[in-house]
Amino acid sequence: MPQKIDESQVRKVAQLSRLELSDEEVTQFSGQFSAILEYIEKLNELNTDGVEPLAHCVPMHNVLRQDIPEPSLSNEQALANAPDREGEFFKVPKILEEQSGL
Amino acid sequence: MPHTAKQIRDKIQARKTTSVEAVQSFYERIDRIEPIVGAYLSLCREHAFAQAERIDAKIAAGQVVGALAGVPVAIKDNICTNFGTTTCASKTLEHFHAPYDAHVVQRLQAADAVIIGKTNMDEFAMGSSTETSALQRTVNPWDTSRVPGGSSGGSAAAVAAGLCAGALGSDTGGSIRMPASFCGIVGLKPTYGRVSRYGGVTYGSSLDQIGPMTQDVTDAALLMNVIAGHDPKDSTSVPESMAPVKDYLAQLDNPIEGLKIAVVPHLNAGADAAVRKAVDVAIAVYTSLGARLVEIDMPHFAYAIATYYVIATAEASSNLAKYDGVHYGYRSPNARNYTEVYSKSRSEAFGAEVKRRIMLGTYALSSGYYDAYYLKALKVRNLIRQDFVNAFEKADCLMMPVSPTTAFKMGEKTDDPLQMYLADVYTIAVNLAGVPGMSIPCGFDEKNLPIGLQIISAPFTEDRLLRIARMHEKETTWHLREPVI
Repeated sequence: MPQKIDESQVRKVAQLSRLELSDEEVTQFSGQFSAILEYIEKLNELNTDGVEPLAHCVPMHNVLRQDIPEPSLSNEQALANAPDREGEFFKVPKILEEQSGL
Repeated sequence: MPHTAKQIRDKIQARKTTSVEAVQSFYERIDRIEPIVGAYLSLCREHAFAQAERIDAKIAAGQVVGALAGVPVAIKDNICTNFGTTTCASKTLEHFHAPYDAHVVQRLQAADAVIIGKTNMDEFAMGSSTETSALQRTVNPWDTSRVPGGSSGGSAAAVAAGLCAGALGSDTGGSIRMPASFCGIVGLKPTYGRVSRYGGVTYGSSLDQIGPMTQDVTDAALLMNVIAGHDPKDSTSVPESMAPVKDYLAQLDNPIEGLKIAVVPHLNAGADAAVRKAVDVAIAVYTSLGARLVEIDMPHFAYAIATYYVIATAEASSNLAKYDGVHYGYRSPNARNYTEVYSKSRSEAFGAEVKRRIMLGTYALSSGYYDAYYLKALKVRNLIRQDFVNAFEKADCLMMPVSPTTAFKMGEKTDDPLQMYLADVYTIAVNLAGVPGMSIPCGFDEKNLPIGLQIISAPFTEDRLLRIARMHEKETTWHLREPVI
């Protein structure tokens, strides 16, 4: 298991997480992550060959129902908490400048 | 006025008081004491008095009323209410108005309970002291220089300080039991799937459960009767056909005959002397009632924290991806383009612990590390669950401390996240295994700080778990002590 996590890795993970960190945060998180990941290394003491991974403790099944429309949130309710809106739409700054081909 | 939820309910039904009077008396106490405790993020007086008046009118008209008729209760602020705000103690959701009620809120109101406010917590339930709340500080009513525990610290402090009759919390790694222990109250984390999570803001979806936090075991059973059961809107809530909901009050005062208690001696050795002693004395109460002790080993228990901080953070990184600054919640005024709406909104509004967990989870799920961390942790989770399966083949329940220490000082662990994580050493495995666990008051240390006994039982045996807890409560008076505040 890889351990020590350096500042460039912290920056990469922050970017994957859509977080912008200050230089101070990067330094702080890098030290803390290294300590936490070192602790997590403990898991390697255990032989887990042949052990099934367990994602859920109760048996999970797909739950199906008849495809009949039921009442749901109105547009107005769904938009009520929007930081910005225009009519019936959520409003965001335009994306075309940055990402071509969209 | 009598103050357990059941006592208040009985008095209202006997028409010796009214719901309006009960609600009024709690708000009067809140006005005096809440400035010191800081348990609530918001109060909903208008909503509460309207509900109380409606219930009083029903009773006056001789109509049938619900199991919690007129009783003032508090709700952790990660449980959605379609009145007031649901903030998760985060700047992200500081002004969020949920468009619907959580299933447990619907159930409480259908049982004629009166919700009087929403309680403080660690931000998005990530923490063990309520100190990561971005909105408010909550103190321990037993010692105001100390933390109430977390993440349901506001609910625990509110119950302990008499600021509500009972409360709901949520528990992902100990967040009901640990603050219950620190504040000297009763807290129950139900079996995963017993209580609907619909409308509970998700943190670790395979671990989260909502449960009662109360002054005594009877109130915990009373609240469970109201909130437990299948909900078609939560696919992880278990259908009646698989595990029928019991009447948790019906047999509550009947002790379990021939009770067998499993203990793990080397685990308890990790707790402070005062905690060990109180737990030993509590277990001796059971043996004096005829219970038999079975010493067992749980070889994988010690790996629970490491397992949890991979699985819970992985689930959190996915669950919190929805805070994008677009649909609801905080949006940064500094964003110049769409990508920055996402990243700046999150960076400006999430606190350090939330960022830490999102990033840890993202790392554990990222390409090249998935097998080493996430898959490995899921396998160890299975081994931990097997430890519990083995234990319940030998005994009816497990007993151990809730926390290795009593309430610690404000700020004592905030600079060292790993030390904070280790405070949950006894509670986390229970969530990984999906079994029910409870904290009940079992003593005080030399500083007059409460100590909790943890009782854990097999899946969907909350009825027996509550009866076991009640056996101890009938023999002791710890639950009757109140903080001087």
